[in-house]
Amino acid sequence: MGNDEHIATHIPQLRRYARALTGDYSAAEDLVQDTLERAWKRIGLWRLGSDLRAWLFTIMHNLHVNQLKADSRQQGQPPEQATLDLSVRPTQEDRLELRDLNKALRRLSNEQREVLLLVGLEQMSYEEVAKVLGIPIGTVMSRLSRGRDQLRAMMEGSSAAPQLKVIK
Amino acid sequence: MNSQKAAVSELDLHAYVDGRLSEKRRAEVEAYLTASAQESERVRAYQEQNEILHTLFDSVLDEPIPPKWRSSRRHWSFPLRPVAAASVCIIVGGLLGWALRGEYAGRSAKRVDFARQAAMAHAVYTPEVRHPVEVSAQQEEHLIGWLSKRLGAPLKAPHLLDLGYELVGGRLLPGDQGPVAQFMYQDKNGQRLTLYIKTDAGTERETAFRFSQEGTVGVFYWIDRQLSYALSGELRKTELLQVADAIYKKLNP
Repeated sequence: MGNDEHIATHIPQLRRYARALTGDYSAAEDLVQDTLERAWKRIGLWRLGSDLRAWLFTIMHNLHVNQLKADSRQQGQPPEQATLDLSVRPTQEDRLELRDLNKALRRLSNEQREVLLLVGLEQMSYEEVAKVLGIPIGTVMSRLSRGRDQLRAMMEGSSAAPQLKVIK
Repeated sequence: MNSQKAAVSELDLHAYVDGRLSEKRRAEVEAYLTASAQESERVRAYQEQNEILHTLFDSVLDEPIPPKWRSSRRHWSFPLRPVAAASVCIIVGGLLGWALRGEYAGRSAKRVDFARQAAMAHAVYTPEVRHPVEVSAQQEEHLIGWLSKRLGAPLKAPHLLDLGYELVGGRLLPGDQGPVAQFMYQDKNGQRLTLYIKTDAGTERETAFRFSQEGTVGVFYWIDRQLSYALSGELRKTELLQVADAIYKKLNP
C-alpha cells in the first residue's frame, strides 16, 4: 500500500469528526480537504510505524484551531463562547432528542467539544487524545468531565438538582 | 459501601463509560453504581451522549469518498516530492518485496498479490503497541457490523481462545478492488496473527489452503464462498496451518 492509500483509510473517520466538530457540511468537507492536502505534502515527516491516525487528527486539529482564530479576528470576537446560556435550553421535552444533543454540542467550547468527540465518537484513548491535542492528560480528563456535565445539564434542563430526579 | 464509594473516582466513571477499565475494576465500579442511584444516573447520561453521537454522525462513514481525496498525485507541485514519497513506499514495500521478486514465476499473480498484501498489512500493523486496531474487541458487535457493512458481506471473527489467541480487534484497509478487513489476534506472549479478508473472490468458489512465505511472515490463504481469507503470522508453518484449519472449521461449522 502506498501512503495515499494509508491516508485514505482514515478519511471516513476524519470526515465524521470534522462534521461533528464544525456542525456544518461544507465547512467540514473543506476541513477534510485541507487536512489531506497538508498530509500529502508532509507525509515525508511522518515516521513509519508511528500512529498515522493520531498524526492526521493532529493536522486537522491545528487547521481547525487556526480557522477559528482567523474567524474571530475577522469578527473581532473571542473565538468561542464558552459560557452557557441555560435560559435558551429546550425545556418541553424531557426525552433526549438527537437534535438537542447536536444543538448542545454547538454551545460547548471548542476545547471541550474536541475532547468529547475524540473520546466519545472516535473512541480514542485518553492518551491518544492528549497526543492529538498536544495537552496533558489531566487537561483531557477535566475537559471531558466538564464537557459531559455541561451537555447533560443542557439536555436535562439541569438546574434540576440531581437528587430530585426520579430514578427508574 | 462507603469504602468502595471512596475508592471510585470521577476518572473511573469516565473510563467506565468509555470501556477503558480492566475487568476487575469494571466490576468494582459496577458494584459502586448499583449502590448509588445518583451516580448510576450520571453514568447512564454519559453513555447516552456517546450513543447519540454515534447515531448522529456514524452515517458519515458510509458516504462515498470523492475520487480527488484518494490520491495526492495531481497535487504534487514540486518535482522532488514524488521522490520523497516513492522512497517511503520503497521502505514499506522493499522490506518484503525485493528479496522475493524471483519467486513468483508460474504462480497466479493475483493470488500471490493477495498473500503479499496480507503479509504487508500484517507487517505494518502488528508492531503497533498502542493502536494495533481501529476498533477493539471490546466492541466486537460494532466491529463485525461495521466491517460487514463496508465489505458488503457478512463477516465473522472466529474465536480462537481454544488455541490461545484472543481477538484484539480489527480495522478497515483499502485493497485493489475495494475495502478489506483485517482482524488481529494475540496470544499471552504477545505473538500476533492477522486474518485478512476481501470480498472479490472471482469465479472460484472454494480453494485448498495455499502457503506463501513473505519475508519473515508466513501466509496461508484460501477462498471460501464469496470471501478470500489470508492468515498471516510469524509462526512455524505447521503451527500456522493448525490455526488456519481451525478458522476454516469455525467458519464452516
